[in-house]
Amino acid sequence: MTTLAAAFEQAAAQDRAALVGYLPAGFPSVPGAIEAALAMADAGADVIELGLPYSDPLIDGPVIQNAVHRALTGGVRVADVLATVQAIAASGVPVLVMTYWNPVDRYGVGAFARDLAAAGGSGMITPDLTPEEAGDWLAAAATYRLAPVFLAAPSSSRERLELITSVCGGFVYAASLMGVTGARDAVGSQAADLVGRVREVTSLPVAVGLGVSNGRQAAQVASFADGVIVGSAFVNRLLAAPDLASGVAGVRELAAELARGVRQARPAPAAIVADQRR
Amino acid sequence: MTAAQATRSVLPDESGHFGEFGGRMAPEALMSALAELTEAYLSAKADPGFQAELGRLLRDYAGRPSLLTEVPRFAAVAGGCRVFLKREDMMHTGSHKINNVLGQALLTKRMGKTRIIAETGAGQHGVATATAAALMGLDCVVYMGEEDTRRQALNVARMRMLGAEVVPVSTGSMTLKDAINETFRDWVASVETTHYCIGSVMGPHPFPMMVRDFQRIIGVEAREQVLAAVGRLPDAVVACVGGGSNAIGIFHAFIGDHEVALAGCEAGGDGLATGRHAATVAGGSPGWIHGMRTFLLQDDEGQTLSTHSISAGLDYPGVGPEHAWLHQTGRASYRAITDTEAMNAFSVLCRTEGIIPAIESAHALAGALQLGPELGPDGVLLVSLSGRGDKDVDIAARWFGHLGEDEQGR
Repeated sequence: MTTLAAAFEQAAAQDRAALVGYLPAGFPSVPGAIEAALAMADAGADVIELGLPYSDPLIDGPVIQNAVHRALTGGVRVADVLATVQAIAASGVPVLVMTYWNPVDRYGVGAFARDLAAAGGSGMITPDLTPEEAGDWLAAAATYRLAPVFLAAPSSSRERLELITSVCGGFVYAASLMGVTGARDAVGSQAADLVGRVREVTSLPVAVGLGVSNGRQAAQVASFADGVIVGSAFVNRLLAAPDLASGVAGVRELAAELARGVRQARPAPAAIVADQRR
Repeated sequence: MTAAQATRSVLPDESGHFGEFGGRMAPEALMSALAELTEAYLSAKADPGFQAELGRLLRDYAGRPSLLTEVPRFAAVAGGCRVFLKREDMMHTGSHKINNVLGQALLTKRMGKTRIIAETGAGQHGVATATAAALMGLDCVVYMGEEDTRRQALNVARMRMLGAEVVPVSTGSMTLKDAINETFRDWVASVETTHYCIGSVMGPHPFPMMVRDFQRIIGVEAREQVLAAVGRLPDAVVACVGGGSNAIGIFHAFIGDHEVALAGCEAGGDGLATGRHAATVAGGSPGWIHGMRTFLLQDDEGQTLSTHSISAGLDYPGVGPEHAWLHQTGRASYRAITDTEAMNAFSVLCRTEGIIPAIESAHALAGALQLGPELGPDGVLLVSLSGRGDKDVDIAARWFGHLGEDEQGR
């Protein structure tokens, strides 16, 4: 099994950015989400970010809100999310859970970390948890060897970037713009600037998320970041599809396009070599 | 920490905590703005110029101090004690919401921002925000749950008249909590030019503290007015609690007066046992929502539950963290008032005193009808009449069957 750190190291060794793909658990169904995530990994995603559906997704745009709402209406439970982690991790690809904080608080942060680690999870991305309120999670993450991934934003001061990166593990999630999740026409200029500022304060890999939806944008982001995170565009493929099979095919196709994108940015001999990760 | 100790110290602490409640849980994109807001607010609070300007607006524009009205005919139904209403319903725009909004709008200008956004449930906070925006020349967008835009259509029209854009929110349960989510989403993308004028003592630090400070004038005035009227403090102070800003506003000046009971009245909807209610303290558990640690209505996996109340303004699954703390320390008590109990009290006040209350405030009146008999004829009750009922005439007319079929607008 590839660890999270190894996934970024391998991408770097191939002189390319890592591709991180997001899907919410339980959408369009629990097995459907597993199938889509496995297709995503098979087609070139290096890391899977699995969303834990939550009733109040404060920083998600309409696409992910819609998918998450359907997952919850379909009755998805935390146990299903952990089972999904297990199924994906068993295929050898590192999986992180992306979750708003209240479901973890309710489950009990120690218990959640224990069960996530037992399922083979690599860490947790927490978009509304501040380092200031994260003491219990950081302790549990250390105990269970999970990566605590926090977000950096274009508005973050140097002081805050120092604080965030001091508690981050695995990689730093740099939000490319000020806004919610969802595809954008162009990647903003703030992204490269933020990556540069994060690199001044940490040696952790920096992955950029929010707004990336196609291979061209992935290539653009890959030219300055260690990882490219894509979410809404994948979810859109599933939402737009008439059935699961064509949705999964759409996810596979997009993952392959993005995987080519993250390899185009820095043409070098290593990047031409076929991905030998699996 | 006990309530007695707490009244000798200043809450919240520097990180916005009231005991274990409050704090600041927010997307990183907003953390700088929250720090900037905290700094700007604390500097404004200490600035006599800002305070003088706010005081002038509250006096000459909003109508402060608000009246204290003794209501003996209502009191006769409440067991014969003396009952005083703090008349926030007489304020400009029809509720206490203007107290907070004028403060935050002034602060918006002080921070050099040109746009103000807000969530609203019943529409009272939205109307107040639209009003302050018109007064101060700020762009204004108000997010309102689609269900609420229907049941409070009159307030939607008022906001538009005042020049605000009203955005119906059709996600989730289409009520106040979803309007708050959508306002936060706007704010994440617009924070450089925009201030989020939160309407209650909720949200991430510094909002619960700042909104409380802007609302505490209710209790400061009422305490003096009751002392002047009866020569002593009231036995109990009663207020409705949704997010809880009018309640914190009237409670705060009395927290150190331990002989004064503080009673919050939450929306009991169809009754606690039915699960169809919005009684957060009485029926909820600790967790995180909208940036704060507090009591909330959630299922066993931390998903927010949908709420029910006849009152759009109380239809919220969380509560201000200072209320959670007042409850935990035992300094204040919280009870659930059903829709039926609230509407009964609404009717009693209309018919005994000629005052039509907001349905939100009718929950406090129902609490007074319950507490009065416990106090007996020597008791003194202070009730926060947080808003007027003009906006609720349609709902109340249907509830009581005051309109025949051919008289109903729709």
